[in-house]
Amino acid sequence: MWLRLKALIIKELLAVLRDPRSRFVLIMPPLMQLLIFTYAATLEVKNVDLMVLNRDGGYWSGELVRRLEGAPTFRSIRFTRDPEALHRAIDEQQVIAAIGIDAGFSREISAGRPASVQLILDGRRSNASQIVGNYVSQVVSTLGGETPAGEQAAALTPALVERNWFNPNLDYQWFIVPSLIAEIGMLIALILTSLAVARERELGTFDQLMVSPLSAREILLGKLIPPLLLGLAQMTFFVVAAVFFFKVPLRGALLPLYGSGLFFLASVVGLGLFISSLCKTQQQAILGAFLLLVPATTLSGFATPIDNMPGWLQPLTYLNPLRYFLVVAKGVFLRDLPLSEIVLQTAPLALIALVTLSAAAWLFRRRME
Amino acid sequence: MSGKVDRSGLEAAMRPAARLKRIGALIGKESKQIMRDPSSILIALVLPLILLFIFGYGVSLDARQTRIGLVIESPSAVTEELAASFDGSRYFSVQRASDRRTFETALVEGRVRGIVVIPAAFTEDVSAGRQPQVQLLLDGGEPNTASLVDGYVRGVLAGWAQQRAVAAGAAAEPAISVAPRYWFNAELESRNFLVPGSVAIVMTLVGTLLTSLVIAREWERGTMEAIMATPVTAGELLIGKVVPYFVLALLSMTLCVVLAVFQFGVPLRGSLIALYILSATFLIPALGQGLLISAATKNQFLASQVALVSAFLPAFLLSGFIFEIGSMPWPIRLLTHIVPARYLIPGLQSVFLSGDVWPLFLTNMAAMLVIGAVFFLLAARNSRKRLQ
Repeated sequence: MWLRLKALIIKELLAVLRDPRSRFVLIMPPLMQLLIFTYAATLEVKNVDLMVLNRDGGYWSGELVRRLEGAPTFRSIRFTRDPEALHRAIDEQQVIAAIGIDAGFSREISAGRPASVQLILDGRRSNASQIVGNYVSQVVSTLGGETPAGEQAAALTPALVERNWFNPNLDYQWFIVPSLIAEIGMLIALILTSLAVARERELGTFDQLMVSPLSAREILLGKLIPPLLLGLAQMTFFVVAAVFFFKVPLRGALLPLYGSGLFFLASVVGLGLFISSLCKTQQQAILGAFLLLVPATTLSGFATPIDNMPGWLQPLTYLNPLRYFLVVAKGVFLRDLPLSEIVLQTAPLALIALVTLSAAAWLFRRRME
Repeated sequence: MSGKVDRSGLEAAMRPAARLKRIGALIGKESKQIMRDPSSILIALVLPLILLFIFGYGVSLDARQTRIGLVIESPSAVTEELAASFDGSRYFSVQRASDRRTFETALVEGRVRGIVVIPAAFTEDVSAGRQPQVQLLLDGGEPNTASLVDGYVRGVLAGWAQQRAVAAGAAAEPAISVAPRYWFNAELESRNFLVPGSVAIVMTLVGTLLTSLVIAREWERGTMEAIMATPVTAGELLIGKVVPYFVLALLSMTLCVVLAVFQFGVPLRGSLIALYILSATFLIPALGQGLLISAATKNQFLASQVALVSAFLPAFLLSGFIFEIGSMPWPIRLLTHIVPARYLIPGLQSVFLSGDVWPLFLTNMAAMLVIGAVFFLLAARNSRKRLQ
């Protein structure tokens, strides 16, 4: 049995590696994702354009504008005297925010009376404008602390001493690169396997496999092991890139990462085999895999925290293998996650792998008979 | 003699009526193929439902009730007041302890996202009129959440200080207050911009992924060559292939809009005409890209992967849908200019949330048309060249 299995595994690996198209899939999408994701996927807001309508000519409004100009977040500040122009600039998305300062602003402050500035933000991009709103508020409240009326409250405000654990400068790449190891591992393993059977069936070579002396179990193992190996190779490439190219600190041990990764890949390969035994054509398999990938990536805690999801939706994420391995991958890199916690996250993966692989085997046998 | 017959046959074949008839036949054939394949329907109708569901309910950038640990090293009336401010914040779900070590493992394991420490000297500093200190340990492993928590903690501290100042006889308002007004989306629902944005994703899926896949299959099976051997010209063939998917994409778009408005309560403040004009314009580059991919790869598997990398991911990541283009490094900012979805997203968000902003729409539509023309030209060249 082992000899036959080995032959089948080698054949499968060669089928993938010799085919220029499969090689493309193994190399290009992961590489593109690695480069684009790591550099583009940031929720920071930079290079913001701002408009100011200043009806006050005094010291305090001038000081406010100077501070906004000095803040690294803002790229350019445009001035206008015309409320209509301000309206248009927001409407046409030339600026994301506009500040209005009333006449008498400086006079009020100098007299020790409370003053206010208006801030108009483009709610169509509510996330970015919320962050811009926070930046502006911070600049304004710092300035407020220096005014005659504000000094008292400013002296009372506790000084905040912060320390960011695991990632002192909140470097976004430290977060995204380990996440990508998990996300792309899923993509590759799922696409390779879901296509494995469907393509053979469409080309008719699946019948050849069935009339060979291989048993159903051997065929299944032969379809299972090559994507696992390729997935692990891919993971290794990403770990190396993370450590040496992106300089993400690797604080935990690699062995638990690979151990957990193996169960993760097995659960995904099980899903892929399940899809491909359900599908009749390659097109169906590709679209089926896609249909699974989109919710699996978005509802995994990859882009947005699971905690932000509504309560009734959160239990659904327990079915998602990516959810668990994301915690492990990020944890091993940045947090030196304790082994007990890794085991806790890997146990559900083992269970999912068991279920999906048995389901795939069952479906496989039924289709063969 | 035979040359003459050929030419009159050719002339007959080039007549507009014959052209229209052939295009009609191609469209009919393609439409039947779509209807008969369950996976096309899955992508065109089920996937939009799933995506809208995800963006309507699942993906939220609004952090609420983040779990934090609050450590009060020596409790007093003053620290109790500050603790109450934290309890009262809608952004936090607070657990308390008297020693920071209680929460340190929880921070490593991600069960709390931050630890606020009110040190032993706090009460003394406040009563002595010195500026007190508060420490904050954040989970830098989740940088987004960390910066949000940081901002919220600052807000709580400032609010508490303001309360104390008022109690001490200062004015109730801060010295300079900011009155932020969020136009078009006063409640700041991230759903209100995610749901319109996902319409662009759905149209990219139907227009580019599905189209490239189906046409690549024809190349793969050799049926494309069979069609090309008939009097159909390359241009007619492209039109015949593209029109059914154009209609299908607009159908999915309509489905999304109906759901967005009636299920998710996203306002539709602009006109439907603007929405359809924008969408139809977007489909030109989207379908052109699908055609180009299929003609260049001639293989389903490869086509699907190229469409994924060159259309789906950019529509997601490089279009301003979730991530601000202005924040990206300049080489990537440059790259976003050839992503068709980049020009659709602002239009969609405007049609839904603010209304018809024609100056914005027209410049974006012009950009989409240019990109579309380039894609179609390349696709036509690729289809012809391969045949010879």
